[in-house]
Amino acid sequence: MRYSISLGLALGCSIAESSRFARKNYFYPDLAKNYQISQYDEPIAFEGEVEVELDDGTLVRIPIERAHMEEDAGKLTHVGGATGRIQGAEYSLVDYNRAGVPLVEIVTKPIFGAEHRAPELARAYVGTIRDIVRSLGVSDARMERGNLRCDANVSLRPRGQEKLGTRTETKNVNSLRSVERAVRYEIQRQAAILAGGGTIIQETRHWHEDTGTTSAGRPKSDADDYRYFPEPDLLPVVPSKELIAELRAALPESPAVFRRRLQTEYGFTDGEFRDILNANLLVEMEQTVAAGAAPAQARKWWLGEILRIANARGVEAGTLISPFHVSELIALVESGRLTDRLGRQVLEGVVAGEGSPDEVVKARGLAVVSDDAALLAAIDEALASQPDVLAKIRDGKVQAAGAVIGAVMKAMRGQADAARVRELVLERAQG
Amino acid sequence: MPDESPSITADQVQHLANLARIALTPAEIEHLAVELGSIVESVRKVTEVATPDVPATSHPIPLTNIFRADVVGDTLTNEQALSGAPEAFDGRFRVSAILGEEQ
Repeated sequence: MRYSISLGLALGCSIAESSRFARKNYFYPDLAKNYQISQYDEPIAFEGEVEVELDDGTLVRIPIERAHMEEDAGKLTHVGGATGRIQGAEYSLVDYNRAGVPLVEIVTKPIFGAEHRAPELARAYVGTIRDIVRSLGVSDARMERGNLRCDANVSLRPRGQEKLGTRTETKNVNSLRSVERAVRYEIQRQAAILAGGGTIIQETRHWHEDTGTTSAGRPKSDADDYRYFPEPDLLPVVPSKELIAELRAALPESPAVFRRRLQTEYGFTDGEFRDILNANLLVEMEQTVAAGAAPAQARKWWLGEILRIANARGVEAGTLISPFHVSELIALVESGRLTDRLGRQVLEGVVAGEGSPDEVVKARGLAVVSDDAALLAAIDEALASQPDVLAKIRDGKVQAAGAVIGAVMKAMRGQADAARVRELVLERAQG
Repeated sequence: MPDESPSITADQVQHLANLARIALTPAEIEHLAVELGSIVESVRKVTEVATPDVPATSHPIPLTNIFRADVVGDTLTNEQALSGAPEAFDGRFRVSAILGEEQ
């Protein structure tokens, strides 16, 4: 209840004086009791507005119709057939672990006039919702895990026409990128039908990530067929003014304000900052810096090695490692206990689930050898085996030390600070 | 029970039966149309006493904000949850192919 009110407030919504639950009746194996507890005529939050920023910085206001609570349904997996789709499946697996878990459904009003930028706007909007939900601590909002889902409604109408065209609702959109792709596909599909003189059928469609297309699902049911009625087992919710005021006071700053503040605090250029936004790593950045890392270092690791691994694996960078661990890793490198190269190996270990950076350092024995005795032994050995180099260094040809430094680093398996080795080599050569 | 033409049609009964996943014979549909019509008529009588200024209620007692404590309790283990299932696979219920669409 508190989460849904906070979320409603963050979306600029009015909070209902009285809100109640309803039963939505339908038979489908994703809910074992044949009805879903939802909200119908008295949602907890309604009539809001959220500001969304497009890639080039353009701000667009998205009107919110309502935000209501309902229970999640179970997860179905269709097995067999070539594609894992319903058609051709041999059997289905039902997982009720998330059934009955509360969720909030946010419904926008129709958004007009985005034209060719509609797909981008849809993605930016879902990204903003994700940022808001995460900033409130309501959910991790990982689309690939189904924490955050999107049903994208698309309809077309001729320029100048008042009445909206028939819409379709596309489900199974599992990433921000897919939101944009699915909306673009659906616009093009509908445009082709309309241009050919056809009509759009109001229906649910399924997005297929692999082919980048949508396919027809069931025709949209008549709301009457769900035979909504007030849920007899749950009583109406009447949030007190005090509760709403308390939750309003506790709201974090909006993602838009948050972005502007961080950019100023970090002192990044627009371009540097946009890279972070485009990689969806702002929250990770903020938490990494809050944990003690310098913004420039945090940016370097997130946009560098971590993003590289994420891209290679086709996952979101934020799923690979926690901001706290990134901060710990940066601290290890900054303190000289790890070189950048060793830092990357430690990162690899953390990503592989071997524990915290500190634990990986210990388990893999990766720390820089800062024990001068061990270094000196290796240096003396290297100098002894390369007497010509030693002579050159003594003649003042300092650059010749490179060969010895290289030999020492090799002997240390890279786990030494090259600058310190160089210092000791020169000291020893003069010895 | 009134036996004049029912206020509920056979088509409506058939539609309701479909929504409720109940197979009915034509005789049953005819019978139920009359019975449902009678129930609707009876309920309609309420509107004769409930004037528009009487607000609709969903509960007989005007209680609000009744919540259980938000605490984590014992739950079934995966094995317990699946123990009564005719078939299970990979920690989930295994059922024959689901052909309908999600709601």
